Amino acid sequence: MEKINFDQLQEELYHEKLPNGLQVYILPKKGFNKTYATFTTKYGSVDNTFVPLAKDEYVKVPDGIAHFLEHKLFEKEDGDVFQQFSRQGASANAFTSFTRTAYLFSSTNDVEKNLETLIDFVQDPYFSEKTVEKEKGIIGQEITMYDDNPDWRLYFGLIQNLYQNHPVKIDIAGTIESISHITKDWLYECYNTFYHPSNMLLFIVGPVEPEQIMKQIRDNQAKKDYKDMPEIKRKFPEEPEQAAEKKQVLQMNVQTSKCLLGIKAIHINQTGEEMLKNELTMNVLLDLLFGRSSKHYDQLYNDGLVDETFSYDYTQEQGFGFAMVGGDTNDPDQLASRLEEILLSAKNENAFTEDQLDRAKKKKIGAFLRAINSPEYIANQFTRYAFNEMNLFDVVPTLEKITLKDVQSLAGELMEKERFSVCQVVPKK
Amino acid sequence: MTAPEEKISEMQGYKLHVVETAKYKTNTIVWRMKSPLTKDDVTKRALLPQVMQANSAKHPTTPELRSYLDDLYGATLYVDLAKKGEYHVISFLIEIANEKFLSDHNPLLKKGFELLAEILTKPNVSGHAFDKDTVEKEKRTQKQRIQSVFDDKMRYSNIRLIEEMCKGEPYSLQVNGEAEAVDAITPENLYEYYQKAFQEDEMDLYVVGDVKEEDVKKLASELLQFNHRTPKKAVSEEIQKKQEVHEVKEEQEIKQGKLNIGYRTNIVYGEPEYFTLQVFNGIFGGFSHSKLFINVREKASLAYYAASRLESHKGLMMVMSGIESKNYEKAVGIIYEQMEAMKKGDFTDQELEQTKAVIQNQILETIDTAKGLIEVLYHNVVACTEIQLETWISEMQKATKEEIVKVANKIELDTIYFLTGMEAGK
Repeated sequence: MEKINFDQLQEELYHEKLPNGLQVYILPKKGFNKTYATFTTKYGSVDNTFVPLAKDEYVKVPDGIAHFLEHKLFEKEDGDVFQQFSRQGASANAFTSFTRTAYLFSSTNDVEKNLETLIDFVQDPYFSEKTVEKEKGIIGQEITMYDDNPDWRLYFGLIQNLYQNHPVKIDIAGTIESISHITKDWLYECYNTFYHPSNMLLFIVGPVEPEQIMKQIRDNQAKKDYKDMPEIKRKFPEEPEQAAEKKQVLQMNVQTSKCLLGIKAIHINQTGEEMLKNELTMNVLLDLLFGRSSKHYDQLYNDGLVDETFSYDYTQEQGFGFAMVGGDTNDPDQLASRLEEILLSAKNENAFTEDQLDRAKKKKIGAFLRAINSPEYIANQFTRYAFNEMNLFDVVPTLEKITLKDVQSLAGELMEKERFSVCQVVPKK
Repeated sequence: MTAPEEKISEMQGYKLHVVETAKYKTNTIVWRMKSPLTKDDVTKRALLPQVMQANSAKHPTTPELRSYLDDLYGATLYVDLAKKGEYHVISFLIEIANEKFLSDHNPLLKKGFELLAEILTKPNVSGHAFDKDTVEKEKRTQKQRIQSVFDDKMRYSNIRLIEEMCKGEPYSLQVNGEAEAVDAITPENLYEYYQKAFQEDEMDLYVVGDVKEEDVKKLASELLQFNHRTPKKAVSEEIQKKQEVHEVKEEQEIKQGKLNIGYRTNIVYGEPEYFTLQVFNGIFGGFSHSKLFINVREKASLAYYAASRLESHKGLMMVMSGIESKNYEKAVGIIYEQMEAMKKGDFTDQELEQTKAVIQNQILETIDTAKGLIEVLYHNVVACTEIQLETWISEMQKATKEEIVKVANKIELDTIYFLTGMEAGK
């Protein structure tokens, strides 16, 4: 077991890669009641075309299957794993993103038992036709719930505008139609391909004894028979650099309009340090342009174009990425054109000063300290970083290295109209 | 269990609550002020903290104030409004990095305190009025904030249930006030209200982090002094018992119907039966092993969510679920059956034990975050009690089946609110 010290942060991280390929990380947190553990596979909604285990040909699976599988993994022949967790005083949950499916529990006692339950239930699938059918009703209601949610529609609408072919444009839960094609055989095919330990990461954070926990995990895995797995073959379609659509307007049953502007990212094939730096530079750039202390935000607010729902965010994974800016507004067209203007102005070489950059970096450092108070943040983000060969604890040193030139050169490359797209939600007439 | 110790001191005009803990990388400072909810004041009172946090005398524009926060390693400053029983509670929150994790050893806690004092006591005022431009901008945002509730159907239906259920009671007022009342607010009358609030409200200051009580006390006594006051109590009005269940249906163009059912529990925080009520709620609809989740979602496949939650200081329990409109009768039927089962004691020892274990887990998890801890501790201020966390947990653990059945039989169905799609029945 390897121990990594982060002196400035006063944290210690323990790591081991097991013989079957599973990566295990343990971060002891003294003084906390809660232990939080996530067991994550590098498999999400975008992985819809791949070569199944022990086969040669690519298959394309129904939309929403990674999420469906996440729901179904909780059900076993003798009942529901949720029940077992709550009998052990824990609360369990799971989520599916574009690139990951995570299973988790949090508990303040019986950590060993709960950890055993977590690992075992994820590694013991049980799917039957009957329970697959029943789940279609529940997930159908989940999909319908999101259909009525204007912020979700706006978010996905914008991704659909930006991406022409890439499966990131497909709603994570799929549609009621697409999930109707899901069968237990499809679920097993996906499970067998993506839930091998070598494609997974286990993270435990809480008031735990690292040696003891690691031994428990080693023993648990040694009992199970996994054959070595070849690398998973996933296929993604060609995707143009520019946005697929300029604009989309959704009419919904709302009183306030909403407007988001998206930018299709560049450098989406990076990993490791390079990716970390690019991602942080992008975050700093957005902060400089739109942070609460920026002159742009102040002007937009003074002009009544934005309110407190205004936000901005950057997402980057292997193969896709986008920035989004916007919120509720009284004048979605006016806001869209102002946002576009502001983004293009970032290309100007004198757009930012050293002082502003220092402040933005300080702000991010403080935000990082705040974030690592949270066991959930540490486990979830660490896993995401690790899947992209980055290290969460490199955030502060990497931030410190960002120069004004880095920010300007990213803005110079990125801020092109053809990468922009707008999505709006407006009240139905 | 790691139970943090809360040290309380009487200060000039407010109470100081300090929790010393080395768990966090940041320090959290929360200023709370509460006053009885009234129709006359609610809108003004909701606007006030928004105007106060927009800028100050020393930092008279928002970019200036926000740049200063960025300089303090991205300290966060925001306000929050809540209804706790018949009280309207304003919170100012500052979270600031602990400099021991930074290479720069600027005394950040002190700076955070000074900033809080500045926001609370030295607002951007000229004469006897708040800055006019700031008030106008915040009035506009306030209206949007009130209006935006309509667009989130889950929140909307929950608010509509309470409006229908608590008609005539202060609790039916919305936390952000009423859109129609915003226009009448002026920089002058808002300033007048500011002075009144700081004269009369019950005020509490919480500080959680790797701090020393004496340091905090010194900072607080230097920077924050107000006149002494006797806090006003909310007058709890006699609730009109409804003869029949009040049923309200509203149509909107939506795909999923929102079913919200309100019950009167007739038990509030601070009463001995409250702990039993928590266990009741857990078995009935609080968790994923609860009767509502199992029967509405898992067995009948009618919904993605089906849950109940308590309004502890008002004595309400609210059930909520998202269903297809055509399944209304079916879902209501299943929910009624679960309540009947509870009243008859139709639940197992395992359900009981499981629920206690999960509640204990939930409490301990909540107090792992500074904000969660403050939230839990503040219950005592609202209810004028001094219930320790340990008591909370041990009393809850003692709840017996007989006691739960007794509590169940005190619970009365009051109002059913259903927000239905236009194409109901199709």
